[in-house]
Amino acid sequence: MTTATTSVSGPAANAAGENLRFYGVWLAGMVVLIVLPLVFSSGGSLTSFSLIGIAIVFALSYNILLGQTGLLSFGHAVHYGLGGFTACHVMNAIVSHGWPIPLPFIPLFGGLGGLGFAILVGWLMTKRAGTVFAMISLGIGELVASSSLILRSVFGGEAGITTDRTALPRMFGWTFGPQIQVYYLIAFWLVVSAIAMYALTRTPLGRISNAVRDNPERVQFIGYDPHVVRYLAYCFAGFFAGIAGGLAAISFEIANSAYLGAIQSGLVLFATFIGGTAYFFGPILGAILVTYLQLGLTSVTSVWQLYFGIIFIGIVMFSPGGIAGLVMMHRPLLRAGTLWTVIPSYLVAIVPTVALGCGVILVIETIARHSGGEANAINLFGIAFNPKSPATWIAAAVLVAGGSVIARLTWRRVGEAWDRAATVARDRGYLA
Amino acid sequence: MTAAIEVRAVEKRFGNVGIIRDLNLSIAQGERHAIIGPNGAGKSTTFNLISGHIKPTSGEVRLNGDVISGLQPFEINRRGLSRSFQVTNVFARMTVWENVRCAVLWATGHRYAFWKNVDSLPEVRERTARILEDIHLTHRRDVPAGLLTYAEQRELEIGITIAGGATVVMLDEPTAGMSHAETERAVSLIRRLTEGRTLVIVEHDMSVVFGLADRISVLVYGHIIASGTPEEIRRDPKVREAYLGEEAH
Repeated sequence: MTTATTSVSGPAANAAGENLRFYGVWLAGMVVLIVLPLVFSSGGSLTSFSLIGIAIVFALSYNILLGQTGLLSFGHAVHYGLGGFTACHVMNAIVSHGWPIPLPFIPLFGGLGGLGFAILVGWLMTKRAGTVFAMISLGIGELVASSSLILRSVFGGEAGITTDRTALPRMFGWTFGPQIQVYYLIAFWLVVSAIAMYALTRTPLGRISNAVRDNPERVQFIGYDPHVVRYLAYCFAGFFAGIAGGLAAISFEIANSAYLGAIQSGLVLFATFIGGTAYFFGPILGAILVTYLQLGLTSVTSVWQLYFGIIFIGIVMFSPGGIAGLVMMHRPLLRAGTLWTVIPSYLVAIVPTVALGCGVILVIETIARHSGGEANAINLFGIAFNPKSPATWIAAAVLVAGGSVIARLTWRRVGEAWDRAATVARDRGYLA
Repeated sequence: MTAAIEVRAVEKRFGNVGIIRDLNLSIAQGERHAIIGPNGAGKSTTFNLISGHIKPTSGEVRLNGDVISGLQPFEINRRGLSRSFQVTNVFARMTVWENVRCAVLWATGHRYAFWKNVDSLPEVRERTARILEDIHLTHRRDVPAGLLTYAEQRELEIGITIAGGATVVMLDEPTAGMSHAETERAVSLIRRLTEGRTLVIVEHDMSVVFGLADRISVLVYGHIIASGTPEEIRRDPKVREAYLGEEAH
């Protein structure tokens, strides 16, 4: 997957190589999706992969707004949730009317649910970008989330709407009872949606969306109405969010108010931003990491949200381009062959940084246990720390204080090594 | 022949402050017209009024005979008027190639298409390549516009402005902040690219104005005090007093 903003057909030979690499990346992704459940076949990991797949579709749809068009939405889960509710209602209707629509088509209805609401509210919402749009999206999000508890016949109140995916007509003899079949259904829709969303970035509308993101004023003087551009982008984002919601409805066999609330909207913003909005693959990385952390951290610590917050702040402060930005920073150095000059300084810097991280974890866990009245040991990389022992407090203090001082020094060295390597790379004609 | 641009009795007030008062201006087809005047005279406001960036309080603006005052900027642009900005106004995170290509898309009829691959539109590619050639930025095509030098950004700005094939091109201080050599380059670029089009230019550099313009209008306190050929403007006592007098000694 190349970047979202560069795509120029160079000389023919170069283009052929680039094409090969481009399709190679997509093919490799599909192979991984097919092979993954064969390698990790436990029920737990299949569920995790399914959740990650859904999160990727959702985060990619969010990046149509944030990364492609420059719209910061605090209410994107509305379309995800309405997609989920639509999917549940359609599934129930299919079962009760005996319509011959098999399960694999259901996410499409989810998408139409998300799209329908986007068409309805989008025109008003996208009149302005920036803070106005962000505030309206927040308001619409709250409006729909609270409506979901009031309009019981549509949203089922607190309990939500349940459904039974196995009751639908079968396709290829698949019942979609076992998780593995659900996984492959999600993987299929993930591939289809990702290809469609990538293709969207390469259309006239996709490029003009980038232009609107960079400079809405100028867009008006090349013949385009930025309002229409934002509206269309919003509709596409709503559609693909609805597909993700439909997949979630299939996976959980339920849709409830939690689907379309502020927490869900926050999570997708979080995943997209951490992954990096400037590259198409950024949200994919972010969705994988955030879902994995969400599943992994909850079993390790009771204050997992706190770690989420710290990670988010860390990314915003030290790597505003997200993980994808961090990865792509290294591309010119790799091409120019100067990457190896910075690696030693990285290795040196990692040691105090890890020490600092351990210190922070110790501090957080000690405080959490004290205020929670628990006394179980803190297990850090196999070492048990007693939260009531002063030795643990001293260790935490030393790690935090020493780690941050030394980390500062070593990261400064990384910066210097980086500047030298980048200068050489630039001289050799490799731009950032 | 109808005038390319006709401004009739336009006023613009912000609250009680009249920025533009009784502005009348007629620019013939194919003419190179410069608007000059001291700082704060309302040159940029005049530009914004004509291009639809701001709406006149009263009066009307016509483009090729049709009233355009009150229309949105993109509607005016679609009728064949294009403008650049005093402050560089490009798409900073997109490459030079993409900047120009975006400016070509509407004019080639692709509008908001989301079913076409933008890389495989031959007429878009050819036109973009030709414009890059014209503004001498072909070798910089893959560079994000935000990383260009200042002079290059100004040239790209001109490229974006003419890319849509507008018949009326308005340039707001295209050589501001340029060195002498860069200015000369930019002027020959402008002269070449606006061949056969109507050009309206706001400029502080008098050598640029008198070298480029067929006609000049002098704007002082939101009112045009004189309009004529460079020779007439040079001789006009009102102009000498109000404007050139301060600058030309």
